[in-house]
Amino acid sequence: MSKLLTKDKEVVVPGEHLAEGMDYLPGAGTYREGEKIISSVLGLTRIEGRAIKLIPLSGKYLPKRGDMIIGRVFEIAFSGWRIDTESAYQAMLNMREATSDFIPKGANLTKYFDFGDYIVCKITNVTSQNLIDITMKGPGLRKLKGGRVIKVNCHKVPRIIGKKGSMVSMIKKATDCKIIVGQNGVIWLQGEDPKMELLAVKTIKKIEKEAHINGLTDRIKKYLEKETGKKIETDRGEQ
Amino acid sequence: MAYEKRLDGRKLDETRPIEAKTGVIERADGSAMFKIGDTIAYAAVYGPRELYPRFMQDPEKGIIRVNYNMMPFSGSGDRIRPGPNRRAKEISMVIEKALLSVVDLDKFPNSVVDIFIELPQTDAGTRCAGICASAMALADAGIVMKDLVSSVAVGSVDSTVVADLSYDEEAYDGVVSDIPIAILPNTEEIVLLQMDGEISKENLLKAVKLGKKVCKDIYKIQKKAIKEKYELKGESKKESASSGKGGDKNE
Repeated sequence: MSKLLTKDKEVVVPGEHLAEGMDYLPGAGTYREGEKIISSVLGLTRIEGRAIKLIPLSGKYLPKRGDMIIGRVFEIAFSGWRIDTESAYQAMLNMREATSDFIPKGANLTKYFDFGDYIVCKITNVTSQNLIDITMKGPGLRKLKGGRVIKVNCHKVPRIIGKKGSMVSMIKKATDCKIIVGQNGVIWLQGEDPKMELLAVKTIKKIEKEAHINGLTDRIKKYLEKETGKKIETDRGEQ
Repeated sequence: MAYEKRLDGRKLDETRPIEAKTGVIERADGSAMFKIGDTIAYAAVYGPRELYPRFMQDPEKGIIRVNYNMMPFSGSGDRIRPGPNRRAKEISMVIEKALLSVVDLDKFPNSVVDIFIELPQTDAGTRCAGICASAMALADAGIVMKDLVSSVAVGSVDSTVVADLSYDEEAYDGVVSDIPIAILPNTEEIVLLQMDGEISKENLLKAVKLGKKVCKDIYKIQKKAIKEKYELKGESKKESASSGKGGDKNE
């Protein structure tokens, strides 16, 4: 007889028994030991039919192909730039992937991206040894000028973006800031009004802290309305 | 005279008061504090991050590095010479081996997870407190682990088996043995077992059994402390209660 030993949306620590019996299937963040399903990370349980999975609450970014990330140039090699990705691995931006301009042999590469520059880029390939290749060719991929960069836990990024970008567009609208959220948890903001820029940072930090608690969108909306003093209309009446 | 009443009035199987907390070090990827009586251990976890020198890298899986450190003022009077000494290096090594049995870093080849254990105040049982703190800090850092690790020192004082010896008991005038033990609480697998002193076979078996029991109690405290960080506090609690089920359902 199979038995569920946990509820949906509960915080569990590694090693906790989540279910017993073969009727349940171990999903991400869990493993099976004999008849038991056991958690292997600190996370929030999600029960989807027969599968039990965990949404991690913390942890470093693991590079994935197709992710848009924000990285920092920290080294210039012969054929391109090395980018710090806020994960355990650095990324390589090849000259050919960096720009459509012709770069002559022996050119000074700092002309294009200098040390310390932040860039929005896309991961094109991740090898088994986690060597990351990135590209700058694509819509919205560029060097970031001005603004400020903050870092958040990469597992909270989906909550900061929201359903179809609803959360981040709400913050953008309320604070009049430009915001780019990288999948690696690096966020770039730029606002006309420094106060509003600060509010956007505060809001993002609040989302990061409370991402796992029910009623997030409503709470953030109320918070923004209180802080800005204006009414925020959410489009399409979502949530 | 047999040792019947403990020096600090505890029951034979009772530990000193325990306090535990995670997320105590802001800039670390995961951190925890574990306090048992007058022994305090802080653990900070950084990583997985790039590992240099390169020859240390393992292309199949990430490695862990443990650094155990007693602070100069942590003892009971004399200044402790800072820096790694033979004792600290050995303890770092045994803790590393104990934790290695639970962590899974297959997804992070060539990387390292650094664990720093700092002891600002000590009164026996430091490696056990260090293990408890590091297991919590590893979980807090989101490292994939098959279980937590709980640890306690058991032993015998004048042929009486006791749990969680204090420094006064370790220094008791008689035959004393001190056995640090670390287990995986869900499987009871022993990942660390050391001994100092002398003990009879019967008492050793009794002590190990007692250690397992006490570790399971400590496990409950560790588990609670890790989860506490994610509980609602104050204002947001009321708000979310009022917004109720109308909450968002996206991830």
